[in-house]
Amino acid sequence: MRLKMTVNGESRDADGVWPGESLLYVLRERLGLPGSKNACEQGECGSCTVYLDGVAVCACLVAAGQAVDREVITVEGLADGDRLDPVQECFVQAGAVQCGFCTPGLIVATHDLIARNPSPSDEEIREALAGNLCRCTGYEKILDAVRAAARRKAAQT
Amino acid sequence: MDFLRPQTWPEALARKAERPAAVPIAGGTDVMVEVNFDRRRPEALLDLTRIPELTGWERDERAIRIGANVTYTRVIEELGAELPGLAMASRTVGSPQIRNRGTIAGNLGAASPAGDAHPILLALGASVEAESVRGTRLIPAVEFYVGVKRHSLAPDELIRAVHVPLSPGPQQFSKIGTRNAMVIAVCSFALALDVPARRVGTGIGSAAPTPRRAVAAEDYVSGALPWESRDPIPDGVGARFGELVAQTASPIDDVRGSAAYRRHALAVLARRNLAWAWKEYQCA
Ligand SMILES: Cc1cc2nc3c(=O)[nH]c(=O)nc-3n(C[C@H](O)[C@H](O)[C@H](O)COP(=O)(O)OP(=O)(O)OC[C@H]3O[C@@H](n4cnc5c(N)ncnc54)[C@H](O)[C@@H]3O)c2cc1C
Ligand code: FES
Ligand code: FES
Repeated sequence: MRLKMTVNGESRDADGVWPGESLLYVLRERLGLPGSKNACEQGECGSCTVYLDGVAVCACLVAAGQAVDREVITVEGLADGDRLDPVQECFVQAGAVQCGFCTPGLIVATHDLIARNPSPSDEEIREALAGNLCRCTGYEKILDAVRAAARRKAAQT
Repeated sequence: MDFLRPQTWPEALARKAERPAAVPIAGGTDVMVEVNFDRRRPEALLDLTRIPELTGWERDERAIRIGANVTYTRVIEELGAELPGLAMASRTVGSPQIRNRGTIAGNLGAASPAGDAHPILLALGASVEAESVRGTRLIPAVEFYVGVKRHSLAPDELIRAVHVPLSPGPQQFSKIGTRNAMVIAVCSFALALDVPARRVGTGIGSAAPTPRRAVAAEDYVSGALPWESRDPIPDGVGARFGELVAQTASPIDDVRGSAAYRRHALAVLARRNLAWAWKEYQCA
């Protein structure tokens, strides 16, 4: 099938898509956007988290055909040119990135969390990121990064 | 494989009638796992996410009719006050990403004995609105589940909505698992007090081939509670209720837990849920 969707603000076409293909596969393999990671393909790890019409979802569980004419924002779409999004900066500064595999999903999930709740408690952070696994950091630095990103967001508004 | 994208409800029903083997897909949180892992190669996927008729919910005096595409996140945010038990169950599902996509109708379609929506749907006497080109019928939740991952929809039927009665009284749901998120229930239990009718409704999850009600336990406890005086639950009633619930289960040993553990845990869950609900009733 041939599909059209908006990705990071641009209208994109994908050709030769198999009807059972996931949005994640289309993003990575057909549209050249490898930011969203493929780790489990079963919704367990969150490393493929993207926005679909403004809602944070696992791209591995969205059938590509379901994204037709919808708006997708991936981790690649968060930075403004060379200027990283504050969430991305906070992850770098807090040392929340080790191998980096979980990072894109955590960045999108954190971006979503602080957009909805600019001053989350630690419990709310844990709850919001419960679907994102990290095998390296032990999560403490990630929590630091999220707290810092939330403080920045709160200071802005 | 084909990807069918009906834009309206009548079109979806027509497609399902023409191609009964087409697999409906809503949030995809069950279907896509099977497709990704090659466990299922349906001849067609029938995408229901574009159908406006399925995206809303509406209320009358007796029930809320939840459209098939309403996600767990929306149940929590929009229906938490009126359907507290279903919202509690929804909060325990997966992660935010899963709750943002997954639907109650998808939980029904998957008909897993461990599905978290089922116990409270049973406890409240909910029903499933099934429709095909032949017409519409309401299937009571107790008749909906017919076996492990099997339901009573005909091959040409789709779920249009779930009708959840507005029950005047406290509701509870609890589930056992290894962490607070991303857990398939080892076992689960829901309870609803229908105060005007002086009845307790129950639902057991993940402890039998299908979700089921504990009818003997309901009959016993409905008669044993001091509804008029609102006194504390008499000694022994909670424990007896728990025993009767556990006896209704027919659990198996599997990777998530043993049958004996499930029975034990169910008795504890039942007793505690009853105590919490009764406390709320006493304070109301
Ligand atoms: C990581 C992860 C965690 C999960 N955690 C939980 C959990 O904690 N608790 C839990 O209960 N479940 C859990 N699930 C399972 C799943 O999220 C739920 O069963 C969910 O309710 C499925 O809804 P969906 O809309 O995504 O269904 P889909 O995957 O789209 O469909 C599920 C089934 O229902 C059928 N179907 C869908 N809509 C209709 C309709 N309108 N008419 C007829 N048939 C239909 C489909 O054909 C399919 O058989 C989890 C899944 C994942 C991947
Ligand atoms: S790859 Fe999608 S959740 Fe793991
Ligand atoms: S940094 Fe390696 S998995 Fe998180």
